[in-house]
Amino acid sequence: MKEVKCDCGHINPFGTKICGKCGMVLGSEKENKLIDMRYEGSARRSQTYKKTIVDKIWNFFSSVKVGVTLIVIALIASAVGTILPQEMYIPSTATPAEHYELEYGWFGKVYYELGFHNLYSSWWYLIIIGMLGISLLIASIDRFFPLYRSLKKQGITRHDGFMKRQRIYGVTKLDDHDINLDKVKAGLKRQRYHIREENGHILAEKNRFSRWGPYVNHIGLIIFLIGALLRSVPGMYIDKVVWLREGERKEIPGTNGEYYLKNNEFTLEVYDKGNKEDEQYSAAIDKTGTIAKTYQSDVTLYERKGDALPGEKVDLEEVKDYKIKVNEPLKHDHYSLYQVDYKLDELSTMAFNLINKKTEEKFGGVKIDLNNPQKRYELNKGYSVDLISYFPDFEFDDKGEPRTISKIPNNPAFIFKMHTPDKPEGEVSFVAIKETAEPLGENTYKMAFNGVETQDVTALTVRKDLTLWILFTGGIIFMVGVVQGSYWNHRRIWIKRKQDEIVMAGHTNKNWHGIKRDIKKAIESTSLSEPTDQLEEEKSSTKGEVLNG
Amino acid sequence: MEKRKRRLISRTIILLLLGAALVFALYTNFTKDKNESLRKGSVAPNFVLTDMEGKEHKLSDYKGKGVFLNFWGTYCKPCEYEMPYMEHQYQNYKDQGVEVLAVNVGESDYAVNNFITKHDLTFPVMIDQGREVENAYRVDILPVTFLIDKEGQVIDIITGALTEKSIQKHMERIKP
Repeated sequence: MKEVKCDCGHINPFGTKICGKCGMVLGSEKENKLIDMRYEGSARRSQTYKKTIVDKIWNFFSSVKVGVTLIVIALIASAVGTILPQEMYIPSTATPAEHYELEYGWFGKVYYELGFHNLYSSWWYLIIIGMLGISLLIASIDRFFPLYRSLKKQGITRHDGFMKRQRIYGVTKLDDHDINLDKVKAGLKRQRYHIREENGHILAEKNRFSRWGPYVNHIGLIIFLIGALLRSVPGMYIDKVVWLREGERKEIPGTNGEYYLKNNEFTLEVYDKGNKEDEQYSAAIDKTGTIAKTYQSDVTLYERKGDALPGEKVDLEEVKDYKIKVNEPLKHDHYSLYQVDYKLDELSTMAFNLINKKTEEKFGGVKIDLNNPQKRYELNKGYSVDLISYFPDFEFDDKGEPRTISKIPNNPAFIFKMHTPDKPEGEVSFVAIKETAEPLGENTYKMAFNGVETQDVTALTVRKDLTLWILFTGGIIFMVGVVQGSYWNHRRIWIKRKQDEIVMAGHTNKNWHGIKRDIKKAIESTSLSEPTDQLEEEKSSTKGEVLNG
Repeated sequence: MEKRKRRLISRTIILLLLGAALVFALYTNFTKDKNESLRKGSVAPNFVLTDMEGKEHKLSDYKGKGVFLNFWGTYCKPCEYEMPYMEHQYQNYKDQGVEVLAVNVGESDYAVNNFITKHDLTFPVMIDQGREVENAYRVDILPVTFLIDKEGQVIDIITGALTEKSIQKHMERIKP
């Protein structure tokens, strides 16, 4: 693990391929015709020693091979997750274990057994993504700092061996005349090169910052990953649904009782063929039936004043009225409320008249609030009705007993006991939509249906996402890195003045055509000969051999 | 040598930080599902509800007692199934410091009163009209029972119908 001392006196860390100062080629690179300029031939931190376990882990994550492997695995895994729908997208009524096999046969069964139905939140998927993040960070640290240092410290005068092994290389023999390099310098300056000089030798360099592009890009990616990770932290991300009847006021779930919302009115407008304005849509209406024009909830937002326990009477202060439409959510204090669903014409009240079956004489009416019925309804003098049983969402169970399957009045049914002067004991009548029964024998009286009132119900998604701006920042930084690294190229031109010749070499990290053009422009109208592209020469010479052979 | 030591320390720190981030990511992700409901061991959210007889019940007033907090609905069959057992065991344990609080999920007074009469319930039954207690306890499936010990900690959350035996067992667990 010795440090390497170069002939020029510069001490390089172990593993260095090209002296950081003079560019002399060290070690095995000497045998190559062209040198590998990646990371300026500096020693990558991970390669220097492999001693402790920490270093070994570090080296593992620093490896590009490992990084690429992780990317490939993550890609394959992500792709596998899209073959069949994930669990959250299957119908909520289905049992996953059965659903996958029923829908997709043996493949679905295997898919489910392997846990691919929840792939993106599986531990192994998270570990792969996490390792990818670690690899990104460590590989960047491992390369950025040595590269930064060697570019910062790079010498102006370069070793002959370094110059000779550059891809762009040319020698101009001076013979007896001298060449003034000022013109070349001016030419390079015009092309926005920074010129540094030392003993008549020149280093012209531009757009070094483009070398940081990949690292900026990685920082953006890591910020993005952190944002995604924070999503599962309580309080950072909320996604809930609240159903509100017209006139109903409720706590907004996910806000810890801080906000309440009242639904004043829900409106659904559809395109109407009869309407002149909507005529243009008539073909579409014919094809698909009804088409919605607007879904709108007129709501009032309230904020709780002071503290209150759940269930306690709260002091509410009106914050604002708002009309929530699709794509026009109500936004307040990081929360957004989106229109997501609705239910039209939910029954709210049902009215009946007590009548004599034969004479059809009325003895008063009742209006039953289906969400809050009373036990007893008084009618005309001497007449009253007891509500013995009420089933908001009525059906018969397997024993033939009436029951309710929910508390929502989808299909209300009642058992009334009608008290009249001639039947003080009362008559029992079972009343449901489109059916009545008299379970305890023939009645004289009945509850005659006398209309319903309905109300609309709106469903709103409650969303809060504090990670969004992190994802955004990460994305922007990512793009900055991409642009920085791809639209600019780091170009360097070395000019070395020797006794009887001027040596010129050039290097760029991409776009070799560009640097050649820069050089050509800078040396035109001087007697310097244009350097050649050694790689292309080599290629054409081998090509020649092939052709000849 | 100094340099190498420094490098080792910085590498160790970076690796530890990254490892911690990964563990954190896994941890939060795996507690996420349970996050949706309340977690075992957390403090039971305090609440105030008025029972059908007009008496106010504040959870914090029951410190020192075990609380068998049950969320139910009249339309929920398994809720109905366990009610007589709850009533029976309530008779056994009410003098041993176990309180039963049955919170209805916002139905009408009519429905709840009818239900109480039908099953002769004597423990306090209350309606969570605004669904606020339900939200605070993140109730999803009915019935669900929160076992709250004398310190006010949720020691267990049980969903689904309970048999008389299991109710007795659970009451034993929260008995002070």
